[in-house]
Amino acid sequence: MMIAALILVASSVFLVQFFVAYCRSLLAKSFALELSPEAQMVTGIDDHLVHRNDFKRLLQLVELCPEPGDDAVQLRAVRTYYAMMRGLRAISGSIVPAVREWVEREQVACGYFAAVALDRRIAHNRSLMAEQTRA
Amino acid sequence: MLGSLLNVTWMAGIGFSLYVVARAILHKDFIRYFPLNFYLLSLALLSLGRRIILIRLGIDSEAYLYFYYYSDTLLTILLFFAILGLYQHVFAEMNVGKYIRGGGFMLLLLTAGVSYMMVQQNTQNMTSRFVVGLSQNLYFVGVVLTYVLWGAVLQLRETRTRIVQLVLALGVFFSAHAVFYAARYMFPSMVMQVPWVASLLGISLPLAWAYTFTMIPEEARLETARIAARPAASHR
Repeated sequence: MMIAALILVASSVFLVQFFVAYCRSLLAKSFALELSPEAQMVTGIDDHLVHRNDFKRLLQLVELCPEPGDDAVQLRAVRTYYAMMRGLRAISGSIVPAVREWVEREQVACGYFAAVALDRRIAHNRSLMAEQTRA
Repeated sequence: MLGSLLNVTWMAGIGFSLYVVARAILHKDFIRYFPLNFYLLSLALLSLGRRIILIRLGIDSEAYLYFYYYSDTLLTILLFFAILGLYQHVFAEMNVGKYIRGGGFMLLLLTAGVSYMMVQQNTQNMTSRFVVGLSQNLYFVGVVLTYVLWGAVLQLRETRTRIVQLVLALGVFFSAHAVFYAARYMFPSMVMQVPWVASLLGISLPLAWAYTFTMIPEEARLETARIAARPAASHR
């Protein structure tokens, strides 16, 4: 029982670390991409300038757009990460300014991830429509 | 409702596994990522085997129980080889392949030895509690191996996005399973209330790897310093 308890605690810590790093790798990858002019127009985002509270609004737009079927889990992971960041900001943001600034940057990156996902979905739907028109 | 969820996750698990393998063959990546592909192929076949036994003998049969847990143990050991394959990718430029293979062989012997001792001591008591304990320990070994690999990725400033995401997905998979099995060992009745968790955890790895191989080209690069979660680090 003791070993199980130790494994439970240690693995929970590792799980959070791996999950945070995985989400940050997704965010870093999408942050390196540029939005198409259509996506910039729809989202109102120009030159990576996302407000930290834009994530939910962008996610609603993403959900309106039919999915290509390959990013749902990653969006869910980033949504969870965003919720973790909100929790972290609520708990320690007012006490440690460095944490608040870092959390805000993470929230901005989450917003940009949602914008990139929306961009991909718009492109996917455009290509589907073009195919249907040709047919 | 639960039955349909289990059906969907079962089919999705097989589908994503075969998709990654087929994609690797088409893109001539099968050998490059052989341990990963071999694991996914085995996962698809053993999932099919589990399904056949489930349909023929039922979910409450002993045969299904043992096949489920021991195939899970086998898959975990195959995942150790997948980790070793990733070690070889990370240390490729240092020409330490023979040491990694030696280490892997030692690890396999050690795992086999410890498992054999555990089975020997529990021959009169081969209960589901024992197999849950065995799985919990194996998954934890996987967590530690992946964590060491992740440390090496950070130290060596590995920039290949694919490798980074494959390693991190593996870390999430192993640690989530270790948490689940440890909780199951400690609170068996409580965790039995959520049978869908194991199914969702089971498809998480093929799904994450399918995403990585589809969305991340081999030549994509990433600064690992951006991933290490520290309040001082920035995305910009």
